[in-house]
Amino acid sequence: MNLFKKKPLPEKTEKAKKTDSKSTPAVPDGMCVKCSGCGKTVYKKELGENKICPECFHYFRIGAKERVKMTADKNTFEEFDKTMHALNPLNYPEYEEKIKSMQEKTGINDAVLSGKCKIGGQETVLCVMDAGFIMGSMGSVVGEKITRAFEYATENKLPIIIFTASGGARMQEGIVSLMQMAKVSAAAAKHSQAGLLYVTVLTDPTTGGVTASFAMLGDIILSEPKALIGFAGRRVIEQTIKQKLPDEFQSAEFLLEHGFVDKIVERECLPNVLTEILRFHNRKGRETNE
Amino acid sequence: MYLQKYYDSTIGKVVKPMSSASDKVKIARKVSRPTALEYINHIFTGFIELHGDRNFKDDKAVVGGIAYLNETPVTVIGIQKGHTTEENIERNFGSPHPEGYRKALRLMKQAEKFKRPIITFVNTSGAYCGVGAEERGQGEAIARNLFEMANLKVPIISVIIGEGGSGGALALAVADRVWMLENSVYSILSPEGFASILWRDSSRAKEAAELMKITAENLLEMGVIDKVIKEAAGGAQNDFSFTANLLKTRLENEISELTSKDIQTLLKERYDRFRKFGDFTE
Repeated sequence: MNLFKKKPLPEKTEKAKKTDSKSTPAVPDGMCVKCSGCGKTVYKKELGENKICPECFHYFRIGAKERVKMTADKNTFEEFDKTMHALNPLNYPEYEEKIKSMQEKTGINDAVLSGKCKIGGQETVLCVMDAGFIMGSMGSVVGEKITRAFEYATENKLPIIIFTASGGARMQEGIVSLMQMAKVSAAAAKHSQAGLLYVTVLTDPTTGGVTASFAMLGDIILSEPKALIGFAGRRVIEQTIKQKLPDEFQSAEFLLEHGFVDKIVERECLPNVLTEILRFHNRKGRETNE
Repeated sequence: MYLQKYYDSTIGKVVKPMSSASDKVKIARKVSRPTALEYINHIFTGFIELHGDRNFKDDKAVVGGIAYLNETPVTVIGIQKGHTTEENIERNFGSPHPEGYRKALRLMKQAEKFKRPIITFVNTSGAYCGVGAEERGQGEAIARNLFEMANLKVPIISVIIGEGGSGGALALAVADRVWMLENSVYSILSPEGFASILWRDSSRAKEAAELMKITAENLLEMGVIDKVIKEAAGGAQNDFSFTANLLKTRLENEISELTSKDIQTLLKERYDRFRKFGDFTE
């Protein structure tokens, strides 16, 4: 699990380029950014609103707020549970401080943003995870927000779409994090029993306890190209089998080939594809304009 | 006074009081610790083992089948470790592949069809991490079990008899009652893994074990489990029939209580059992 992989600092120099070409992609605040796909430094504005490298078409990771903006119809997103705040079940040293600094950095209360919105004019519940918040790990708040989102969708007979981006369970909350896997999965099961649609969109990275719970439970599972998706971390597997793994291992394409993803969708096409899927499952069989 | 001295010089020497979390980790992992099949053979009668996931293969890290608890037909499933290296290689050290979880789900669905209560015995350091496991969807297999177990229309009791390691343990422990043997541990990850991820230093495993709240006592207090089954001093291997008989009595009582509930109540209570977990404010 890559819970605490370091992010590149803003404005990396040419020298730094060589040393951490494998580091986590993210969009820092500087003018230029280094692409972790091709290692080239590109102007930030050249990435465009979809945050794609103009040189090699590598996808930069994007935060939850930005993803909501890209996905939901303009001004339709109503956020749920804005003020929920993690406590510290293990009394893990400095956990509260960590949460606080992450909240300040990302502007969200934990590693998922949840709410309802319209996509292509159709009402849906939407949850978006943020890999920038303690590696998108799932603790009490993530588990509770997603569970409530499922319950809201079930009660209001709405579909739900979840964008996953997570290193897995939040280690700092111990067994309480493990229990979130069962809690969310049970809520997903209730939603499913009500005959409602659940779509997951796997983005880079989706691993560990999130893969082993709600990420793999969608009626339809989409993925962005080349996203890392797996159960165990690459390092752990390499240590277990004492071999190097091929590059494409645990990529979206690998999962598609092995039958665990329905479709790989390019970032710029996601809103349209989601609109189409929602339309297929719209109970009235037509668009609900307004 | 004399007795205390006598105790210290004899039994006390051999069987030190074990209380710290890292001591429990050691006991839970002992190769002599009784395995799932031993409990199954002791507690139930007429066990018929059923094999395979009807899809890929038979995973020997997971055993399951049908048996009687006194007169009641039940489905039993366990994660099986071995006592010797040879046995452990055969059982993959109790680390199931996806097909193991899928075999378990097949047997649980069968139990639902024939209205048999389900009893699972959990003992794994975690689901297997390997190429085949990823290719065949380890994450999906675990997720599917969590999803399906939440709604299985028969009573389920899970007993953690050794290690309860992460999602690989939870995949057989979404139950109406979750119990632990006194010296078992149940955790998000092994203490070594926890120390390695959070502190980049797996040698701090002992410290991690104390911090993580992984003992039966801790977890009972947190409501993660519902009952602790006593073991002989030093671990269940020192008096197997004591623990196994105790467990049998508890299972008999609990199964008869759970089967007397109507299904909707049972499912609602199971949902609420897991719904309550979370430590947050608003």
